[in-house]
Amino acid sequence: MDAIASNAPLVVFIVIGTIAVAASFLVVMMRNPVHSALFLLLTFLCVAVLFVIKAAEFVAAVQVLVYAGGIMVLFLFVVMLINVRHLPDEKMTTSYTLGGIGVGVAIFVLFFAVVRTGAYHDEAPNAAKKLTTVREQVLTQHPTDPNKLVRKWRAKDNRNAEAIGMALYRDYLVPFEVASLFLLVAMIGAIVIGKRELSALEEETAPDYMLERVETEKEVKDLVNAN
Amino acid sequence: MPSTAQYLMLSATLFAIGIVGVIIRRNMITVLMSIELMLNAVNINLVAFSHRLADLQGQVFTIFVITVAAGEAAVGLAIMIQLYRLRSTVNVDEVKTLHG
Repeated sequence: MDAIASNAPLVVFIVIGTIAVAASFLVVMMRNPVHSALFLLLTFLCVAVLFVIKAAEFVAAVQVLVYAGGIMVLFLFVVMLINVRHLPDEKMTTSYTLGGIGVGVAIFVLFFAVVRTGAYHDEAPNAAKKLTTVREQVLTQHPTDPNKLVRKWRAKDNRNAEAIGMALYRDYLVPFEVASLFLLVAMIGAIVIGKRELSALEEETAPDYMLERVETEKEVKDLVNAN
Repeated sequence: MPSTAQYLMLSATLFAIGIVGVIIRRNMITVLMSIELMLNAVNINLVAFSHRLADLQGQVFTIFVITVAAGEAAVGLAIMIQLYRLRSTVNVDEVKTLHG
């Protein structure tokens, strides 16, 4: 029983890791982008489990919320917006296929050679060191004058999310604010780029259903104006 | 407990699969998905080293990487939708107006 309990993280790692690798392989191999997106979702969820094994619960939650919740919905929306059934079938083997697989194998061999040198094979060398210990200021009584309070630093053991919050809002406050500015710029950029306007070039190349819709809009406007 | 080396191997595998996807796929949606796969492999590395070194910086960096990935996906998909409106294709081979 003890052996099972102590080996449980390793077993979970092997099972979930295998699923993650298989799912990511299918992401690349699936012809239909909807299937690719669903396998990508499976990969993200597996990676979240891997984060939990390494005691990163908050990052795992963010992974599920942002990746599996936000980015995947974005991808699926775009796949629905772009009518993939009306696209010509993608050729699965092109002149890039061999070179691409070669580059992938080369990168994998490179990483494998680096990891294999044996520097990282021991299990949790810093396990005794607490990952989530933070220093916080507390008010304590002055040693000699009982009417005075002094600020003192104290080590406190926090939960993962609490410790990350402390790090984000104290040590990484400026990068955090820059990240929020980055998100604002990305949002404005996405809105401006994705805005729909029919230019002359677009009227030439736009698919038929879009021109039909524009014509219908014009007819409705004309009708409204006529009445 | 799985060792750091095992995590690094898994992350290397995911990264290699992602880079193969970026190169061999001609569909722009799948190329963007492969980029997300590679960013995720990097995140696995960061979390594994954060655990190994008992240092929270790795997890904080992971959160920033996820932020950047979200922005990148939003802008990339917006560009792709606009491209589809202009050319009615998402095949990267057919978009070569800028070829040198």
